[in-house]
Amino acid sequence: MAGQSDPHVSLFSPPEVEFMAEDELVEIVPNMRMDPLNFICGDFGPFYPQIPVKVPLWLAAALKKRGKCTIRPPQWMSIENLTKVLEGEREDRGTFQAVPFHYIEISRLLFDHARDDIPDIYMVRSLIEDIRDVRLHKVETNLEKFSATSAVKIAHLSAMEVNVVRPFVVRALQAFYKHDNPVLMVDLDSVSDRQSHVTRQRQMPNNAQKQPLKRR
Amino acid sequence: MAEDIGDGSTAEMDDYETLMSTTDAELLKTAWRNEKAAPEILQFQAQLVKRAKEQIQLMEETVEEYEESGMDPLTVSLYQMDLDRAHFLLRSYLRVRLQKLEKYMFYIWKNESLWSRLSDPEKMFVQRCIDDMEKHLQETVLSKLPDNYQSVRRQSVISEEDDMVPEPQLDTFIACKARNRFVSLRLADSERPLEMERHDVSFVLYKVIEDKIGADIDLV
Repeated sequence: MAGQSDPHVSLFSPPEVEFMAEDELVEIVPNMRMDPLNFICGDFGPFYPQIPVKVPLWLAAALKKRGKCTIRPPQWMSIENLTKVLEGEREDRGTFQAVPFHYIEISRLLFDHARDDIPDIYMVRSLIEDIRDVRLHKVETNLEKFSATSAVKIAHLSAMEVNVVRPFVVRALQAFYKHDNPVLMVDLDSVSDRQSHVTRQRQMPNNAQKQPLKRR
Repeated sequence: MAEDIGDGSTAEMDDYETLMSTTDAELLKTAWRNEKAAPEILQFQAQLVKRAKEQIQLMEETVEEYEESGMDPLTVSLYQMDLDRAHFLLRSYLRVRLQKLEKYMFYIWKNESLWSRLSDPEKMFVQRCIDDMEKHLQETVLSKLPDNYQSVRRQSVISEEDDMVPEPQLDTFIACKARNRFVSLRLADSERPLEMERHDVSFVLYKVIEDKIGADIDLV
């Protein structure tokens, strides 16, 4: 079934987030000659041995798997840069460092398919994991400081992180909104004790006055 | 804020991105993402879907030709992968919409502006869904209830409105990003507008951005 994930866990399933990241461009060095590829998603090539060329990540992974190229890790994945980012994350408790939107997915795909193309892979991997942890922790602690607002802006949040915190943030904001505007918001409570947790979000009767049914 | 990706090619990437975003695959991906993230059904992208279908069909024929003409299997499999990706996007886009139609069929059917966002096959689908649902409910439950309670859409004859019709929850918050360099949002509870830059992810009330989707804003 083409991508119907459970909306109560997260809007996009991790494979779907990865799918979106796979269109990001990455540089490869082919070891063979190939004619230009005219895909629906764009034109790439021609490919000459030892001449670097930019292709989408999914194509790079496919070629790498078949031994047709090496992948050049993007510049942001250097140990030097990652260390700088990690330090920045740790020092600056309130804001996030600038990272590529799909940094988690890109690094994961490269670790899976191009281990030998990444120098000091263990170091790189551990740095990225640390960055992920610090950032996630930062989101959690900053969320505690929500004041009632009708919007929250977070600079430099990445795709996977958005997807993971989305359910919580949306529920938290909805709760604030409801308490500020009790008339406008659908009364979630009266619905919840009639219907099971699973169907609660699906069946939302409108705001009209309901004749109270006999509650059991 | 250290704006240091160390790449130096971000400006070049931005231009490439704008170029890339004009491919149908990229447009389809955006439409799919927006549709998934939005609580109500969005405008059907008839032109885009038509073009995507044509491209996919053309590509399918091309791949067959390549296979028969003995082109090297690597290239064929790469073309097949691109084809599969485009195919997935199209299918998932249509399926996400169908899911919403099934959930909110009565509401959409009643609502002029929402109804106009459907494609013709979708309208037929909703009509059939409604007919089936009504028939099913009538036969299993409603005909056995006392007279005043037999409506599909109202609890009873005395209800003032259709209160048994599920509605999409529009008071929900959506994560979004600015499509262009800079977007300014008017919020209800403050005079200062919310300024969004390219790298900002904002969670805002759906109502605030609903008319900006596809133009200034992308849902994430």
